[in-house]
Amino acid sequence: METIISIKPLLAVLVSLLITPILASSRAPNVREAWTFVAAVAKVLIIASMVPAVLKGAEIVYTVAQVVPGVAIKFRVDALGMLFALVSSSLWIVTSAYSIGYMRALKEHSQTRYFVFFALALSATVGVAFSANLLTLYLFYEMLSFATYPLVTHHQDPEARRSGRKYLLYIVGTSIGIVLPAMLICYNMTGTLEFSMQGIFAGTEPKATMVVLLLMLVLGFAKAAIMPLHSWLPAAMVAPTPVSALLHAVAVVKVGAFSVLRVLTGVFGINLLTNLHLGTVVCYIAAFTVITASLIALTQDGLKRRLAFSTIGQLSYIVLGVALLSPKGMIGGMTHIAMHAFGKITLFFCAGAIFVATGKKNISEMVGIGKRMPVTMIAFFIGSLSVIGLPPTGGFFSKWYLVLGTLQADQMPMLLVLLGSSLLNAAYFLPVVYKAFFCTSEESMFQNTIQEAPIWCVAPLVVTAVGSIVLFFYPTLFLNLAKLAIGG
Amino acid sequence: MSLQYPALIVVVPLLSALVISIAGWVNKRWCFPITVAALAVAAYSSVGLLFRVLDEGVIVYKLGGWDPPMGIAYYVDHLNGLVLAVVSIVALLNAIASKKSIEQEFPEKIGPFYTLYVLMVTGLLGIVVTGDAFNLYVLLEIAALTGYGLIAMGGGRGPLSALNYLYMGTIGACFYLLGVGYLYIMTGSLNMVDIAGILPDLYQSKAVMAAFIICMVGVWIKMAFFPLHAWLPNAYTHAPSASSSLIAPLVTKVMIYVMIRLILTIFTPEFSFNILAVSKPIVWLSVIAIFMGAILALKERNLKKMLTYIIIAEVGYMVGGAWLGNRVGMTGAILHIANDALMTLCVFLAVGNIVYKVKGAEFEDLQGLFRKMPFTMGAFIIGAISMIGVPPTCGFFSKWYLISGAIQAGHYGFMVALLFSSLVNVVLFFRVFEICFYEPFSDHHGHGHDRHPEPMDEAPVTMLVPLFIVAAILVLVGLYTGDIVNHIIEFAIPKGLV
Repeated sequence: METIISIKPLLAVLVSLLITPILASSRAPNVREAWTFVAAVAKVLIIASMVPAVLKGAEIVYTVAQVVPGVAIKFRVDALGMLFALVSSSLWIVTSAYSIGYMRALKEHSQTRYFVFFALALSATVGVAFSANLLTLYLFYEMLSFATYPLVTHHQDPEARRSGRKYLLYIVGTSIGIVLPAMLICYNMTGTLEFSMQGIFAGTEPKATMVVLLLMLVLGFAKAAIMPLHSWLPAAMVAPTPVSALLHAVAVVKVGAFSVLRVLTGVFGINLLTNLHLGTVVCYIAAFTVITASLIALTQDGLKRRLAFSTIGQLSYIVLGVALLSPKGMIGGMTHIAMHAFGKITLFFCAGAIFVATGKKNISEMVGIGKRMPVTMIAFFIGSLSVIGLPPTGGFFSKWYLVLGTLQADQMPMLLVLLGSSLLNAAYFLPVVYKAFFCTSEESMFQNTIQEAPIWCVAPLVVTAVGSIVLFFYPTLFLNLAKLAIGG
Repeated sequence: MSLQYPALIVVVPLLSALVISIAGWVNKRWCFPITVAALAVAAYSSVGLLFRVLDEGVIVYKLGGWDPPMGIAYYVDHLNGLVLAVVSIVALLNAIASKKSIEQEFPEKIGPFYTLYVLMVTGLLGIVVTGDAFNLYVLLEIAALTGYGLIAMGGGRGPLSALNYLYMGTIGACFYLLGVGYLYIMTGSLNMVDIAGILPDLYQSKAVMAAFIICMVGVWIKMAFFPLHAWLPNAYTHAPSASSSLIAPLVTKVMIYVMIRLILTIFTPEFSFNILAVSKPIVWLSVIAIFMGAILALKERNLKKMLTYIIIAEVGYMVGGAWLGNRVGMTGAILHIANDALMTLCVFLAVGNIVYKVKGAEFEDLQGLFRKMPFTMGAFIIGAISMIGVPPTCGFFSKWYLISGAIQAGHYGFMVALLFSSLVNVVLFFRVFEICFYEPFSDHHGHGHDRHPEPMDEAPVTMLVPLFIVAAILVLVGLYTGDIVNHIIEFAIPKGLV
């Protein structure tokens, strides 16, 4: 495999980090937001410029510093990392636009702080995507935890403080208490932490140790919100909606899922997991999360909370797909990173737009809202379809591959889980849409005049909804990246 | 001139102390520049010395040209080369940073303060550079006596805490002196290298073992190793900002250096870890120290005092790492001397800035600090993150080595203690950040649009710049950990220790 040494991955990480002083010192909001866009576009361009090489099967590496023997702070751009970086960086542009609409419409305080930490969070996200080893990944994972704390607790009220505590307890508590020792034990056993297809272990280690390490590393990355370490995510919904949209539907949670994928495919390696039959263990944990989260989502009245539980379930799809260890399942899990991102961010944008336009947060208060905000609710419908996995949306492809993967791996229980969960997804999303459009005029809680949220809020959600549909017709890029990532 | 570096490191601050005390009578404004100049010479010399050691290996400097073992010799190797550089840089940065707070806290005592300050640095540098066990005791007392003065200068409860420190410090120094006396009786020498050459034949002697243990206990008292820590929290809390940010980063760390010097040079790892066979219990003691330091820190409602308990936990890190009895653990301990000195300096300078502006470090005083002092708090966050142990700050990497050492030694209790302390540090620091960030709560819950933030009220630039430099160093040292370990610490540990 060809290896290219280039500073581009570092630049992609740093570009949003380096503008933070400019953001912080900007007096005029318009100038500040202009810089955010400059950084976001630059980030996407840098990342996109590496796509052709990656598609040819090359890897782009850059070593920053050799910190401990055998482990460096090092970037390596491969297909899986590229897939994730593309999704999160391109959605940052859209979210920046949405943030402007949302934050200004609600006259939120401390918007400068908000944009600064948003930029930091994106640096960390791309850093995770391009990490070449577990130590570098851990570095950016932690950076993301601390960069998102001020975003989650943006409102600075007692409720935000409670949620912030929960957030730190789950995210930082697990990363220091579980991931760090597991990582150090791996390092002392093998002398390396470098991700590679065949994993870092020799395969002769005792199975009990392997099981313990695997569980520590899979559950320890609590951003993946695998049960029982999920409850920080609903609590984090106290954040402003753009934060929930990009970070808690795309960047932060997918960083968790991505880290788990790296652990499965890069630290342990498919062969070892297959030989020791460890994939099934992870599958069952993920399947439990998928079903339970969907069931809980059914009972939630707060729209953002329902979306949060839906996210918990969908994240475990990603883990489940890869843990099937069959090629199709892995492709499904990996593409689900992208497909779910576009669908779920649309849904969150819609929830935020509804809040901006009407001040409503609960589903029971949204009867008939489709007549007042038709564009938003149609986008919501498209997003729902994508998350459920129905054509003509991108979500169909990942679910399709996941289902094929269960057949390929001969895992009938998992097939049932996937199908059951899709039904549950439909059960908790479609009634929202139905009630929004089809209700008698007595039931309707809104007047029949069309009054959407500000254009800065509506345009982004239209873009992502259209994106979901486009992904149905042109899923090739992400599918190819996923195929490359599994080595074929 | 570079041949004279070892002497310059000690002599320049020593003589400048005299000049400063005179300047204090004539014109107080001269004290500060003289101090900074003297410390800059010391810092320059010690960094130059470190690079010379990297090139040439161990440097022996005979004071006055007298041959050891009769004369006093200074030995500079990779171990104390590193510590010298850290001590002198910390002292210099702190001297610059604390100018304003000294002028604010005790304008009438500027002369005496700088005299004591420079003398204390002389003592600390001397302890590190000397190759003579008795000379070390003398310098230890110089550092301690000036330290008592610096702490007592704070007024309030300062003098009382200094008195308490004086009792404990004197006992500690006496223990050390007693141990050195035993060694002198047994070997007839005070020169470290000389003693080390004579001792191996005497390793089975009860007197030598007693000497080692008595020295060790003395050093532990001086470094506040739990449960011998009781003097430290009050002394450091009630000291004036300028003193505590010199003493807190350096004194305990220099004593750790002395402990490692005892283990590695005067005695050998073979003796310390195998013949004595007390490593395991000592690591367990340090586990207790870490736990107790962390737990005691939790109950404090004063930022400065909370930090002093963290220092006690950190002492446990280094004692434990050194006594794990393997190379990785020792590497972690030595690396942590440098890292902990720097990050303690960072947080204490930040506290100094806060005290300068809000006149207190009780938790209630900290409300709204992110708005009032965003720059100070920014640097404080970096210091805190380093103490928690988050990459790429340096605190993470020494913890990495320490935990690796624990795993290799099979001492999982120590690993758990380190992780526990990291987690407690998260709680401790975020409890502080919460107060700075949320409180006072605005009247309008929910979206809080109508906040009327207090205007920004930052510390002066002369306090901020050194703070930023330290914060940047924390990250840089973290990124250069590989080089520091490979080029310095690797040579500081005898080949025999694996």
